[in-house]
Amino acid sequence: MTAQTLYDKLWHSHVVHEEADGTVLLYIDRHLVHEVTSPQAFEGLKLAGRPLWRVDSVVSTADHNTPTNDWDKGIQDPISRQQVETLDANIKAFGALAYFPFKDKGQGIVHVMGPEQGATLPGMTVVCGDSHTSTHGAFGALAHGIGTSEVEHVMATQTLVAKKSKNMLVRVDGKLPAGITGKDVALAIIGKIGTAGGTGYAIEFGGEAIRALSMEGRMSLCNMAIEGGARSGLVAVDQKTIDYVKGRPFAPKGEQWDAAVAYWNTLHSDEGAHFDQVVVLDAADIQPQVTWGTSPEMVTDINGRVPDPAQETDPVKKGSIERALAYMGLQAGTPMSEIPVDIVFIGSCTNSRIEDLRDAAAVARGRQKAANVKQVLVVPGSGLVKAQAEQEGLDKVFIEAGFEWREPGCSMCLAMNADRLQPGERCASTSNRNFEGRQGQGGRTHLVSPAMAAAAAVAGHFVDIRSL
Amino acid sequence: MKAFTTLNGLVCPLDRANVDTDAIIPKQFLKSIKRSGFGPNLFDEWRYLDHGEPGMDNSQRPLNPDFVLNFPRYAGAQVLLARENFGCGSSREHAPWALEDQGFRVVIAPSFADIFFNNCYKNGLLPIVQPAEVVDQLFRECEAAEGYALNVDLPSQTITTPSGQSFAFDITEHRKHCLLGGLDEIGLTLQHAEKIKAYEAQRRAAQPWLFA
Repeated sequence: MTAQTLYDKLWHSHVVHEEADGTVLLYIDRHLVHEVTSPQAFEGLKLAGRPLWRVDSVVSTADHNTPTNDWDKGIQDPISRQQVETLDANIKAFGALAYFPFKDKGQGIVHVMGPEQGATLPGMTVVCGDSHTSTHGAFGALAHGIGTSEVEHVMATQTLVAKKSKNMLVRVDGKLPAGITGKDVALAIIGKIGTAGGTGYAIEFGGEAIRALSMEGRMSLCNMAIEGGARSGLVAVDQKTIDYVKGRPFAPKGEQWDAAVAYWNTLHSDEGAHFDQVVVLDAADIQPQVTWGTSPEMVTDINGRVPDPAQETDPVKKGSIERALAYMGLQAGTPMSEIPVDIVFIGSCTNSRIEDLRDAAAVARGRQKAANVKQVLVVPGSGLVKAQAEQEGLDKVFIEAGFEWREPGCSMCLAMNADRLQPGERCASTSNRNFEGRQGQGGRTHLVSPAMAAAAAVAGHFVDIRSL
Repeated sequence: MKAFTTLNGLVCPLDRANVDTDAIIPKQFLKSIKRSGFGPNLFDEWRYLDHGEPGMDNSQRPLNPDFVLNFPRYAGAQVLLARENFGCGSSREHAPWALEDQGFRVVIAPSFADIFFNNCYKNGLLPIVQPAEVVDQLFRECEAAEGYALNVDLPSQTITTPSGQSFAFDITEHRKHCLLGGLDEIGLTLQHAEKIKAYEAQRRAAQPWLFA
């Protein structure tokens, strides 16, 4: 049998039916559902009188709209509240394997909740009406975001109509320098391949530096595969994957555990498997990353400078740089380390897990928020992450440094709740998108790792964490 | 879903690369639990001079006169011309819903983000990939001639300019079939229900932990 990539294996093991043109029905094992992209899908099922094909494939939580403070007051925004209550009602009517509603201790960002519950397992196909579903590929699962029509299609048929992507290997060789995280690796890769570099591909991340990343680091990396254009990111299963999954609420137990592990250990690309494209980075070259523009590919390292559009020869790219600098209020040639910040956001499905909070707390410990920084929000990814952080005393470290310790949710990553930037405010953010208006109309986002965000909070500007 | 066969549509040129779905429809409008009514908030932050929120009377809001969608010559456009990586970012299907609600039926660009591209087909919106030099030519012609319209023919998979120049485009047979017929994809898939059940039974036996 020919050598297969991990993506090939996951794909072929889920094909239910194939048309002559290569369009397949792909079986879906896990469907994660949240409040924003599901109401129209449930409505479609109701109108057609269709039930869920498989109730026990659905795991759900409310995250995008939920507030991160004053939980005793409920959801103040009536439209947000209606959307969350609509999810409550739909889950009650249609059923689910598990539901973590607003204020439940298991509630959290859907891409934090899935893995921590063991609802994401190696070898699964995982979908969700959210582009950052690529996160779950860190477990050797085939995971990607879908639109609401597809949410309804999966609910009604347990399948997706799909075409196979091409295979890309992004290999990061060697050892990462101290202090360099999965987030920096993700941004460095996007800086190299561009935001459309992975379009049409499933990206497998491999190499020594990826093997050395924790599961949290791999999740941050796969999370941002979509920012490189790839719907799916993947990391092969190894002992770290298996250790992370073991003992979680929805992980297999007993004999089934042993059978599952035997299967999961096959979930890697075979020796000699064909990749349509291979991109190689040297880990030693990766420095702490900071974005300067309005697309994640507009990135440099902390020792870099804001680029000069006059140096760009491609007219479309030149126009993009000029527009980005105008929006961001930046001058060409400014050293990144001289850019002051107004707001710091530590959270999101990219960077709100316990290891991220530990990284940020290690920087904040014994230091104080800089006087020019108006607000530092620390938003844990789930109720369970919050409890763990409090058990470790991280909440106190943040509060003593002048940071705000909030309730879990998507928060200022996309600013659907009350947490948002005001026009012109500049934010060091651990989230995934620096698009115009993403964190609030007129807001200016710089993407960084949790340690770099905490460092910007205490220094008042971007700073190399290794110089602290 | 609305069927798509042929269209002779006015073209609106949006000369930006990497237009993301946050720009196409900002997050505050995603709080709706409906599928329609997003058109007036298409490109909200570029289109209006004030900050938009759900429930506002959009007809009373100040328009940005510099944004191409507001130019009188492009009123009623059905074809959006764009640059590479159109529709990147969030998977929100509200983006094609907003384009369709505004009256667009076709988007032409050198490349599209995968999720957006796929979402278009579910909503009777036809995304067409053309080489960068063809897109460049269409931008030039469209900006030079008021009333510039393209003829889009799905059965023959061609777009034709007013001067009669034709360009072919690709589409999978499955997507073409669904668009031409305006078909309910779920209904089509459920014709394979027995196959899905058989696959599921075999999977349940081989990997029972997936069915806890």
